[in-house]
Amino acid sequence: MIDLGPHASFIISAYIGVALVTLGLIIMTLMDSARQKRRIAELDAMGVHRRSDSTNGSKT
Amino acid sequence: MSAFFAILTRDIKLTARSFGDLLTLILFFVMIGVIVPFAIGPDKTLLARLAPGIVWIAAFLSSLLALDRLFRADMEDGSLLAFRHATISLETITFAKLIAHWLSSALPLIVATPVLAVMLNMDMTVFWRTIYSLILGTPALTAFGAVGAAITVSLRRGGLIAPVLILPLSVPILIFGVSAISANAGPNAETAAQLFLAGISIVSFVFAPFAAALALKLSQE
Amino acid sequence: MSSDTAKSTTAKPMNWFDRLAHPGQFLIWSRYFVWPLAIIATALFAVGLWYAFFNSPEDYQMGDTVRIMYVHVPNAWLSQFVYVAMAISAVGTLVWRHPLADVSMKAAAPLGAAFTAMALFTGALWGRPTWGTFWEWDGRMTSTLVLFLMYLGLVVLWRSFDDQLRAAKLIAVLTLVGAINIPVIKFSVDWWNTLHQPASVMRAGGPTMPSSILIPLIVMTFAFTFLFALLQVISMRTEILRRRVRALERKSALEGISQ
Repeated sequence: MIDLGPHASFIISAYIGVALVTLGLIIMTLMDSARQKRRIAELDAMGVHRRSDSTNGSKT
Repeated sequence: MSAFFAILTRDIKLTARSFGDLLTLILFFVMIGVIVPFAIGPDKTLLARLAPGIVWIAAFLSSLLALDRLFRADMEDGSLLAFRHATISLETITFAKLIAHWLSSALPLIVATPVLAVMLNMDMTVFWRTIYSLILGTPALTAFGAVGAAITVSLRRGGLIAPVLILPLSVPILIFGVSAISANAGPNAETAAQLFLAGISIVSFVFAPFAAALALKLSQE
Repeated sequence: MSSDTAKSTTAKPMNWFDRLAHPGQFLIWSRYFVWPLAIIATALFAVGLWYAFFNSPEDYQMGDTVRIMYVHVPNAWLSQFVYVAMAISAVGTLVWRHPLADVSMKAAAPLGAAFTAMALFTGALWGRPTWGTFWEWDGRMTSTLVLFLMYLGLVVLWRSFDDQLRAAKLIAVLTLVGAINIPVIKFSVDWWNTLHQPASVMRAGGPTMPSSILIPLIVMTFAFTFLFALLQVISMRTEILRRRVRALERKSALEGISQ
């Protein structure tokens, strides 16, 4: 790696902060998505359907 | 035109009747001036330097307090629905209500400013500049506040969220408001800030009725 | 969703606009975008980071701290771009009543908040070693902070409403009122000559940066933008599913009561 110079700690902290927030954002987005999909599957198993599902048959 | 003045006088009368609310507002405004010397110490020169900012903060927070009664009461007792079927447009009615609101919540605060000025050891030139900047800038606070109040009128606890929404929009008003009193950036900076302040007030006061009326209509769909 | 049953019983062929506008259709075709966007974003980040740490020079004025710019500028640019996207969606909600516009608006708000937060954070870390201070109340930083507070206000507002469809229209109004802040951010560095440096990439005369620094900057900007596109698509899909869940739960509650 290139020598980061005298202010290396600032550079590293900036990149680590960005990495953490970015990863956090990705993880939360994916978790939310998984939660909704799981809930749809649960409701489907319980037998609750939308009016249109019997005619369309497409949910995703 | 008479309908316009009818709404104007109606709102002012309604506020005048609930004198307790008005008194609470003024008390809140004055109390900030009482609390601050306790918080930052009684050093008179320091207080005098910070006084413009403190007065503006007090005016801003007090105006947030008064906002809820702009539309909520009308929404709850059905007046809003009646307004939508009035001979004049909802925008005109909102404009009248905004003027009435400024007269009944901002003007009393401006009148109460001398009390704060004494407690914060303001000198005379600063005091008059403060009054002037409040007159120029409080209409903008009313206008932005009205938009926030209109958007949250259908929420049960919208009165708590509205300040959070209005604060970011009001930051420029505060910045110019204080600059108009005592800017550090050169001899004409105060006049420039005053002009900006007046500009923001005029533009926001003209456009706010449209945004607020739209939000009120959408809240009742 | 009576439009669903109408479409299936009459078997009307869907044109491209229907496919774009209809939430159910959106769920079908947006799935094919997720993995490509993810791969492109990852590749761009890999290339960008390699440039940032292994293949770019230090700036002649500010030394190695210029590398912070490679994460600061993309986030700052995105914070404004996402708000503009939200404002366009807001117009779509209010004027054209486009069914996906409010989904897009809602999905973008927390993403925009995160990008703005990163812009402020990296800006502070860049400012300290380079210009001596973490923070300055100048035009650009103040208006970016205001932008951050606006994003947070919008996120809070979405959660305050039960009726999400009414919320969408009201939030659209607020988004458009707040849009005045974007030109203020853009031009604040020209209007007030204080700490933050003036525009150096999108200028009338062309960029003032050498290409060895410009290239990593552009790569990282594209990387973050593709990341936004990826998260936006996923969030929109999730929001459509969330609304289905609520409708289904309401329906099953009603059926439970009426039995």
